[in-house]
Amino acid sequence: MKKIFAEFSKGIFRENPIFVIVLGLCPTLAVSTSLENAVGMGIAATFVLVASNTIISGIKGVVPHKIRIPCFIVVIASFVTIVELVMAGYAPLLAKRLGIFVPLIVVNCIIMGRAEAFASRNNILPSIMDGLGMGLGFTLALCSVALIREILGSGKLFGHIIVKGFDPVNIMVLAPGALLTLGVLIAATNLIKNRGN
Amino acid sequence: MDFKIFLTVIISMVFINNFILSKFLGLCPFLGVSRNIKPAMSMGMAVIFVMTLSGIITWLAYRFILIPFHITYLRTITFILVIAAFVQFVEMVILKKSPALYRALGIYLPLITTNCAVLGVTVLNIDNFFVSGKPAQLSFLLSVTQSLFAGIGFTLALLLMSGIRERLQVNDAPRCFEGIPIAFMVAALMSLAFMGFSGFRF
Repeated sequence: MKKIFAEFSKGIFRENPIFVIVLGLCPTLAVSTSLENAVGMGIAATFVLVASNTIISGIKGVVPHKIRIPCFIVVIASFVTIVELVMAGYAPLLAKRLGIFVPLIVVNCIIMGRAEAFASRNNILPSIMDGLGMGLGFTLALCSVALIREILGSGKLFGHIIVKGFDPVNIMVLAPGALLTLGVLIAATNLIKNRGN
Repeated sequence: MDFKIFLTVIISMVFINNFILSKFLGLCPFLGVSRNIKPAMSMGMAVIFVMTLSGIITWLAYRFILIPFHITYLRTITFILVIAAFVQFVEMVILKKSPALYRALGIYLPLITTNCAVLGVTVLNIDNFFVSGKPAQLSFLLSVTQSLFAGIGFTLALLLMSGIRERLQVNDAPRCFEGIPIAFMVAALMSLAFMGFSGFRF
């Protein structure tokens, strides 16, 4: 039980996919302009991650080693298509704002990385926990970038103005702001990690 | 008139909507292979090649297979499979025909499959140049142009970045900023500079 919980918790900080392993950057930077987008993207990616981890760990004995990557991609792409259709049906506004980054979940390196490094070598239960933990870690990292960018860049949070009379720093919601925020956050993570040792 | 549309697509892809610096597509190879100029150049060439050809193949697949059979919702699966198979094929051909080129590109080719810039440009082609399930005017040529110049824009950003990072290695940065964080700072400044192009008007 303890071991399974460890699989879950490692993704959140110690092996956080974005801040520590530095994978899955494209969606992190592109959809972190507002917290709402970040939460939507986080949930979508977590669903795909957990579902594909489950299936891949289930079929790992059947798939020949040489063609494993195309097989994994098909599994992942199927779940992404499910997400795409569900999102277009029930949250069309969110689907429109996330744009091409919904189909691009297929090539999110975190999902492929976990399939290759974890799910294809472990049993179903640990794989589900790993997917949940990594997904949560991804979502939290995404939200922390979005939080900083939305507050500084538009002075709002979930669309509500929080500080009256604050002049928003426009650059933070534009492209350079994303790179700047993520760079500083990764540096901060390094600082905390080094202090630990 | 037609020429103007093409020029707009070209300038937009290379400068204004540069894939790396303003759309954040293909950041993993951008950070991974930008330490030195030489591998960056090889990676850039491989990406331009794969991007242009997969742009052509996916356009044809979408127009002549997915639309007639009303299965456009399979777009994501089809495109990623086409790209993966194509990259594998290119790898085999290059290995057979030119071992020297294979040694130069070798390890970068498989990486391209999961480069979101490639899938990104094919999806963008469909989003931009198909109007309610029908190809728009000059759709095919515009898609090819967009794919080719998106690759060139990618290579441009990659080369600029690798040039800067070669210098960066001999400079001191605060310890927690070494490596990836400082690369992000540089990318942020470059992106800021590229934003200057967004004022272009024709």
